[in-house]
Amino acid sequence: MKVIKHSFDGVIVGAGGAGLRAAIEAAPHMKLAVITKLYPTRSHTGAAQGGMSAALANVEEDNWNWHAFDTVKGSDYLADQPAVDILCKEAIDAVIELEHWGLPFSRLDNGKIAQRRFGGHTVKEGTSPAFRACYAADRTGHMILQTLYQKCVSMGVTFFDEFQVLDIKIEDGICQGVVAYELATGDIHIFETRAVTFATGGFGKIFKVSSNAHSLTGDGPGILYQKGIPLEDMEFYQFHPTGIYRLGILLSEAARGEGGILRNKDGERFMERYAPSIKDLAPRDMVSRAIATEISSGNGAGPDSDYVYLDLTHLGAETIKKKLPDITDFVRTYVKIEPIEEPIPVQPTAHYAMGGIPTDVNSRVLSDEKGTVLPGVYAAGEAACVSVHGANRLGTNSLLDIVVFGKRAGQSMVDYVTQTKPNQLSDNASNDLTKKITNLIEKEHTNEFSVAKIRKDLQDSMEENAKIFRTKETLEKQTEILEELRERYENVTIYDKGKVHNSELVEAIELDYLLDMSEATVSSALARNESRGAHSRQDYPHRDDTNFMKHSFAFKNDNSANLKYRDVELGKYEPMERKY
Amino acid sequence: MDVSIKILRYDPESDRKGHWENYIVDAEPEERILDLLHKIKWFEDGSLSFRKSCAHGVCGSDAMVINGENMLACQVLVKEVGNSLKIEPIRGLPVVKDLIVDMEPFFDSYKKVMPYLINEKEPGDRERLQSPEDRDRFEDTTKCILCAACTTSCPVFWTAESYVGPAAIVNAHRFVFDSRDEGSKQRLEILKDVNGAFRCRTAFNCTSACPRGIQVTKAIEDIKRETLLNN
Repeated sequence: MKVIKHSFDGVIVGAGGAGLRAAIEAAPHMKLAVITKLYPTRSHTGAAQGGMSAALANVEEDNWNWHAFDTVKGSDYLADQPAVDILCKEAIDAVIELEHWGLPFSRLDNGKIAQRRFGGHTVKEGTSPAFRACYAADRTGHMILQTLYQKCVSMGVTFFDEFQVLDIKIEDGICQGVVAYELATGDIHIFETRAVTFATGGFGKIFKVSSNAHSLTGDGPGILYQKGIPLEDMEFYQFHPTGIYRLGILLSEAARGEGGILRNKDGERFMERYAPSIKDLAPRDMVSRAIATEISSGNGAGPDSDYVYLDLTHLGAETIKKKLPDITDFVRTYVKIEPIEEPIPVQPTAHYAMGGIPTDVNSRVLSDEKGTVLPGVYAAGEAACVSVHGANRLGTNSLLDIVVFGKRAGQSMVDYVTQTKPNQLSDNASNDLTKKITNLIEKEHTNEFSVAKIRKDLQDSMEENAKIFRTKETLEKQTEILEELRERYENVTIYDKGKVHNSELVEAIELDYLLDMSEATVSSALARNESRGAHSRQDYPHRDDTNFMKHSFAFKNDNSANLKYRDVELGKYEPMERKY
Repeated sequence: MDVSIKILRYDPESDRKGHWENYIVDAEPEERILDLLHKIKWFEDGSLSFRKSCAHGVCGSDAMVINGENMLACQVLVKEVGNSLKIEPIRGLPVVKDLIVDMEPFFDSYKKVMPYLINEKEPGDRERLQSPEDRDRFEDTTKCILCAACTTSCPVFWTAESYVGPAAIVNAHRFVFDSRDEGSKQRLEILKDVNGAFRCRTAFNCTSACPRGIQVTKAIEDIKRETLLNN
């Protein structure tokens, strides 16, 4: 296997919003490489739709403190409040900066950036829904990704497109570099570097019905987890209420922000019963649970009574065309119905990991629950857990997270690189990865141990046992299933033995990360005997602030995880019952 | 139902040229062509190579020629194309393996047109203002996902690789007609070149091919007109 060595001051892994924002910050100050397994513009930031919140107050009075209150309440009081303050305060400049770089936001008649309503965002701490989400039609994420990439092109940032980082080298507790696999050639590349940011996105492919791209397999968290770095708050996984029935394709909350209504089989606006004050604009965890409850109590629509309707028919063709063009096109393309005239069949879809690689507010990766910094390693975006989303993220706050903490990751890289000297990495840094790949290539293929079969069983079982509602019983059952899957994975084989674009080989390695993510998720969920945010235990239906006002840290241990905990950082908002 | 799929395969490590392989896949009418390719790859022949990511038409990874037309495999359902399929890589870019082509020349052309906002004026600490009408002027071309379906459907591009192609022009359009941008002069200078917008012969293939419904040919015409006005 050909091995090629490179030397950089800093490397960013992943070229979605967080990675690109970090690159813009770091590139002027160091020799920097952005390594991405996709072309940058293919990143899943581009699939985000509805908006990015910031208290610009362009439509009505607003205040970043109210944004912070909503974020903390939405998180079910698990978010670290000092981090939330940073997120909401810096949101304003972050949006303005994107506009200055060319982001084509939709506009109000007075020429200012347009803002719309979104779930869980309110004015004056819960009085009424707030116009806070800055948007570009329903393709805000696409515009953010394009704008950040355009900025990188204008700056001449160095990219290694379709290179997949599969290993990190840490010696004596200090980052020394990463090892990547070049998809087009099968060559191995050693990147000698002392600062690495992981911005690899989420891992929604652990579930069967998911809004996530095929590429979202938890590579960054997986690489670090296998090196003994813990993963924080993995039991908190967000299910978006409105995925297209069976396909899971996202239909933005903006649809409800613009006035869309959820209805059960009888046409009842059921959210009135679950969240009397803000109804369909309640936070995602509550709406997803409400839908699941409607379905399990026989109020679901369709021949299998397993979906509800998102009704946009009263919004009018003009609003739909102007404000929700993409998602209504998805409905026409994939469901073959006209959303202006007919309600859309939807069901909750696996969407966003609140948990991930633990970081401090400067995006520095923490190697334990005590807050020990791992020198030279940073993480941002969905791959990371700061934590600003706690147990449930509010819609629009992820696009905010990627730019605010992506920028901070870039700044931290600059600080670190200017304070340290270039390092050297030996040529045998690639040995572990070479061995892994050689094993897969040399092992004879059998259908029984194919990547796709193990992955399908993983996704089906996670869907069944670890989704919206969980119990000790389902989680223990899933623990056993994961043990069996892990045993099967030890024998995994691939059919393709080639070097050029061997995506089966890469999928085999990604499956290892998916198993890791599932194991950490299930272990963390089993240990949290309470219901908080997106983690809903039917056997422990209430929040337990006495015992669980704390973040979990899952350390890899064979097929499960060892758990440790760190107290939540509180602030000015006292935990209270979460009602809307 | 059984769907018969003919795929133009090419493995640079063993083949001297491409060859057709036939597959029969059991599929539902509502399934995406991408789902069918996955069935082949995951359960029949793991060596079949194609790009994919989002699987719902927004990332631009999986443009390919399906029954003679450029489409995103994740955006077309079986019931729209029938039970007999012929799938080839997009044309005009070097084939690397199976349905994967070398995208570098495509992105090089994109970068040539300076696809970023140019405005040296200090913007201040709030957003620049832009009226909804001014914003609408370039709405259509902001939708581009750089999938290359338009460029690789263009007969001019097939014969003249040096032509920047429809996608690059679309991305120039997105800035030329943005009221906040001041780089049009430089961009139009580039597009006035022999390999620029005037190579377009208005075949409209690009407009039919665009999976985002962008009026590509119209955007090219806008650029041509602007170039003349700018002279």
